[in-house]
Amino acid sequence: MKLHLKIWRQNSATEKGAFERYTLSDVSADASFLEMLDILNEQLIAENKDPVAFDHDCREGICGMCSLTINGVPHGPERATTACQLHMRHFKDGETIVIEPWRAKPFPVTKDLVVDRTPFDSVMQAGGFVSVRTGASPEANATPVPKPIAEYAMDAAACIGCGACVAACKNASAMLFVGAKVSHLNSLPQGKPEKDRRVVAMVEAMDSAGFGNCRNYAECEAVCPKEISLDVIAQMNRDYASAKIKQFFAPAES
Amino acid sequence: MKLDAKIPEGPIQEKWENHKASVKLVNPANRRKYHVIIVGSGLAGASAAATLAEQGYNVSCFCYQDSPRRAHSIAAQGGINAAKNYHSDGDSVYRLFYDTVKGGDFRAREANVYRLAQESVNIIDQCVAQGVPFAREYGGYLANRSFGGAQVSRTFYARGQTGQQLLLGAYSALSRQIGLGQVKMYNRHEMLDLVLVDGHAKGIIARNLVTGEVERWSGDAVVLATGGYGNVFFLSTNAQGCNVTAAYRAYKRGAGFANPCYTQIHPTCIPQHGDQQSKLTLMSESLRNDGRVWVPKRAEDCQKNPNIIAEQDRDYYLERKYPSFGNLAPRDISSRAAKEACDDGRSIAHGGQGVYLDFSDAINRLGESVIRERYGNLFEMYERITGDNAYKTPMKIYPAVHYTMGGLWVDYNLMSNVPGLFVLGEANFSDHGANRLGASALMQGLADGYFVLPNTLPDYLARVGAGRPSVNSEPFNQAEASVKGRMDKLMSIQGKRSARSFHMELGKIMWEYCGMARNEAGLKKALERIPALREEFWQDVRVPGQKEGLNPELERAGRVADFLEFAEMMCYDALDRDESCGGHFRTEHQTDDGEAKRDDERFAHVSVWEHTGEGARPEKHVEPLHYEEVHFATRSYK
Amino acid sequence: MSSLLKKYLMALTGFVMVGFVFVHMLGNLQMFNGPDAINEYAHFLQTLPKGVFWGFRITLLASLIIHVWMAILLVKENKAARPEDYSVNTSVQASLASRTMGISGSFLLFFIIFHIFHFTVRSIFPEYQSEAFYTALDGETVYNVYKMVVAGFSKTWVSVVYVVCMAFLCAHLAHAVSSMFQSLGLRNRTWKVRLDRFAVLYGWVIFLGFIAVPIGVLTHVIKPESSFTGTPAEALVINTNLSQ
Ligand SMILES: Cc1cc2nc3c(=O)[nH]c(=O)nc-3n(C[C@H](O)[C@H](O)[C@H](O)COP(=O)(O)OP(=O)(O)OC[C@H]3O[C@@H](n4cnc5c(N)ncnc54)[C@H](O)[C@@H]3O)c2cc1C
Ligand code: FES
Repeated sequence: MKLHLKIWRQNSATEKGAFERYTLSDVSADASFLEMLDILNEQLIAENKDPVAFDHDCREGICGMCSLTINGVPHGPERATTACQLHMRHFKDGETIVIEPWRAKPFPVTKDLVVDRTPFDSVMQAGGFVSVRTGASPEANATPVPKPIAEYAMDAAACIGCGACVAACKNASAMLFVGAKVSHLNSLPQGKPEKDRRVVAMVEAMDSAGFGNCRNYAECEAVCPKEISLDVIAQMNRDYASAKIKQFFAPAES
Repeated sequence: MKLDAKIPEGPIQEKWENHKASVKLVNPANRRKYHVIIVGSGLAGASAAATLAEQGYNVSCFCYQDSPRRAHSIAAQGGINAAKNYHSDGDSVYRLFYDTVKGGDFRAREANVYRLAQESVNIIDQCVAQGVPFAREYGGYLANRSFGGAQVSRTFYARGQTGQQLLLGAYSALSRQIGLGQVKMYNRHEMLDLVLVDGHAKGIIARNLVTGEVERWSGDAVVLATGGYGNVFFLSTNAQGCNVTAAYRAYKRGAGFANPCYTQIHPTCIPQHGDQQSKLTLMSESLRNDGRVWVPKRAEDCQKNPNIIAEQDRDYYLERKYPSFGNLAPRDISSRAAKEACDDGRSIAHGGQGVYLDFSDAINRLGESVIRERYGNLFEMYERITGDNAYKTPMKIYPAVHYTMGGLWVDYNLMSNVPGLFVLGEANFSDHGANRLGASALMQGLADGYFVLPNTLPDYLARVGAGRPSVNSEPFNQAEASVKGRMDKLMSIQGKRSARSFHMELGKIMWEYCGMARNEAGLKKALERIPALREEFWQDVRVPGQKEGLNPELERAGRVADFLEFAEMMCYDALDRDESCGGHFRTEHQTDDGEAKRDDERFAHVSVWEHTGEGARPEKHVEPLHYEEVHFATRSYK
Repeated sequence: MSSLLKKYLMALTGFVMVGFVFVHMLGNLQMFNGPDAINEYAHFLQTLPKGVFWGFRITLLASLIIHVWMAILLVKENKAARPEDYSVNTSVQASLASRTMGISGSFLLFFIIFHIFHFTVRSIFPEYQSEAFYTALDGETVYNVYKMVVAGFSKTWVSVVYVVCMAFLCAHLAHAVSSMFQSLGLRNRTWKVRLDRFAVLYGWVIFLGFIAVPIGVLTHVIKPESSFTGTPAEALVINTNLSQ
């Protein structure tokens, strides 16, 4: 295949970026999107130019490292597919593809298509855990978890933390990510004791990172490579409200 | 090099308990005086960092990704073993131990494996308490499935994302400690050297990948949990960034490297599509529970639509050769059987590399919805990559490099021969012998991090006392200078070839001569070609960009440079180990029907390689393996 | 203020107004029952106990103010959260209604202000305050809402503005009615589908219900007051207490 690429180039967070155009020929339709970028970079190195920096690691859709906005859509046109799992057979020969980084204030561009997603880690550090000491845990089968609840928790836990939800959201909101984390832990019996504390702390951390506010457009759900549903946001909203109400009436206990 | 495995006295069942009771402890109030450096945030690193921090030690944790949650443990699909015996099918700690030793083809250290089996049950408890959403049955209790190399159901799983869920569990524990300030996390940092002070590991040199700055870090002990080196083959199921650098740098500083030639080839990966391929994708081995592996009996049927090939014209070769384990035969055996079938001209994919994994029987028996529930996401992944619907047509699979059993040598305490240097997870050599059974790497990583190191590291710390060296001391100056010198050299060559092209070429050599089947002539050829390639690399590599700031090509070049040296050691080891065992198959040593033939007289030992200087042949040391519980037997899965 | 608190306020104030427009619409439809019906209804509202009457008004006004205030905050923060926009700006599944809440909302705000000055304060056309707009009902002098509405909508441009704004209301509601349940955490996958459809239906019902009156006036389905027999045109006792 022959492809025309329009790629965002930016040297560092503080410098201004701009698009550059490249043309590639002889890309196999079976190649993945990132393999296509590998080919581009090999070409750029051969031409003594600076290759395009982009994040990637596992290349199998699970580490959440790859983060490309392809033709305006985070992770590109295929549903439930990360950029690394996207294959060139989904593009037309001769097509022009526009590649941009995730764009959100809390995710500043480090270089070219690489962004800094540490605010996600900060949200997790605020409350995305069950406080259990190693070795202090009871026998695993002591607490049965109804299968539907386990499945629901797993649906939420499938989040790979790639940030496509933020990238796709017209408001750069992180609520799908935070909602997924909250829902995963808050719905399991093991996570219940810290339910209120968790949701309040995580929402606070999310807000202070400077993400936008959800307006229920559902773009996040549409681009999520793990198809996490808006239900997790509803649950977060619910849990937060209930935590705040409890806190209001019994401030000491929460 | 002194290799003392420090295996505790007593019957195997009591060794670990006795040992724990006898190690020195650090009093809780004194723990904050100690600083531990942990390189790696995978299952092993994250669990160790979280647990040590919780005990009160100060921990600095490093990873090269932008978040600890992205370590390659995240990619493990199939599951994690534990001797819970929830199915009452005769499982026990002893049986898990036995299966692992046998699966490892009698090349693992018994005492370590027994401890691993003992701790396996605690891992599940721990993970469940953290909120890992393991698969459950309708009654709400944990579900299990069976996995290659075992005849019991002892594998716990979370859909096809077990590694992800376990890592997220460890990451959440780690995050909690980061939030509490007990762990300082350094993302996008790559360790480039180990610093020894008076012979003890007391620090690392790391490059901040964002700023490009070379930084010095000192601690009371250094823990490496940096994963495996499968990427020496270029194409593997590992992540792009997986490297041998950390382990190899430690080796160059005096740590022994054990059994580097033991690599595992996973039987069920998606075949290569062509030359532009950058990695191979694994399809979880759990698929072999319901899928049947076959190739056509006749070579001329290979191009045909598989669905029209009649039952009697198919060769279900695993079921034929290994009737009692069938499609669940261990990985090395299944992989080699696939290679044999393809070498026999019966490959069903391009480049002579592919066999079928067929679900039609299972779908007929159980219905598509059951299969969808069990493997839905794997089928989707397969379709995404290949464009084929595996519910309708058999999957195409082929073996690929997947795991490396070799690694830095460690004693029972997981400490290498360099005092103060501990090695966990895939980066060490300890538990899997010459072949790892499915679902046991996750188990090992978590056992090491949650339960072993937190009991053994304090013993070392208590013995040496607190007091990390200043980063301005001479050993740090020297190590930093050598790292910087190397980087300058890489940047200054400005030749014609990209680092990636060298990596690709190295991969081809390794796959050809040190891959699924090896022999003396091939290994010797590799040992000629690798130094030549390395030479060329140092003359003709082109690293664009600057040292300052993010420069993925510089990172890659450094890793490839280490692979180019490491590969040679691997071939030396493969050549030296003049027997076949587990994942190491020497064509000179096979039975009449093509099975691996061990030589327990000469090779019942761990080969540990010591660095002897640039370009020089490393020196081999030996840790003999004594089997008190399990007796040598020919591995048979027939 | 936490992001979620803003969402709750948006949803709750929205909920008040969603309920209000429905009741308002039912009231409007009294126009089709002739002058007495609507005038009596209006009179009933006007003579509610003061506390109740002002309670409603204040709640509505407060809801509106908070709703708009939150909207401004949200838009401002959301803009700040994405300083550099994409060069290719597409949507995968967000509905047009959801993406234009700001636009539809702005039009509605303008409309509400106009509407209040038009029919409540009656300062846009001061003649609505004149004696001619009072009538007798069951022996009492009441404001002749019917006449005012007919007069109001007889001006074509007023009706057009009104209909256009109701279209914006329809769009606004088509997203809002389901969205508020989401914001309050009272929605899940199954209910989302139901609520989304209900929201669209609700938007249309409100739209049709509201535009029925101006259309009715323009098409003379709602006839000028004079065509009704027995209109007590002589009962023009001015009661200043009622003049608001
Ligand atoms: C596709 C796939 C599927 C698998 N499936 C299973 C399975 O089903 N069951 C099972 O038991 N096992 C499975 N395995 C094996 C298992 O996942 C790994 O062996 C195990 O997770 C390794 O964990 P680890 O913590 O040792 O290393 P990793 O998870 O690889 O972590 C390595 C860490 O070290 C860091 N690091 C590496 N080098 C450096 C450096 N130079 N400087 C700084 N940091 C560095 C990385 O950033 C990372 O944080 C699978 C492996 C693969 C590849
Ligand atoms: S590279 Fe890991 S998800 Fe894409």
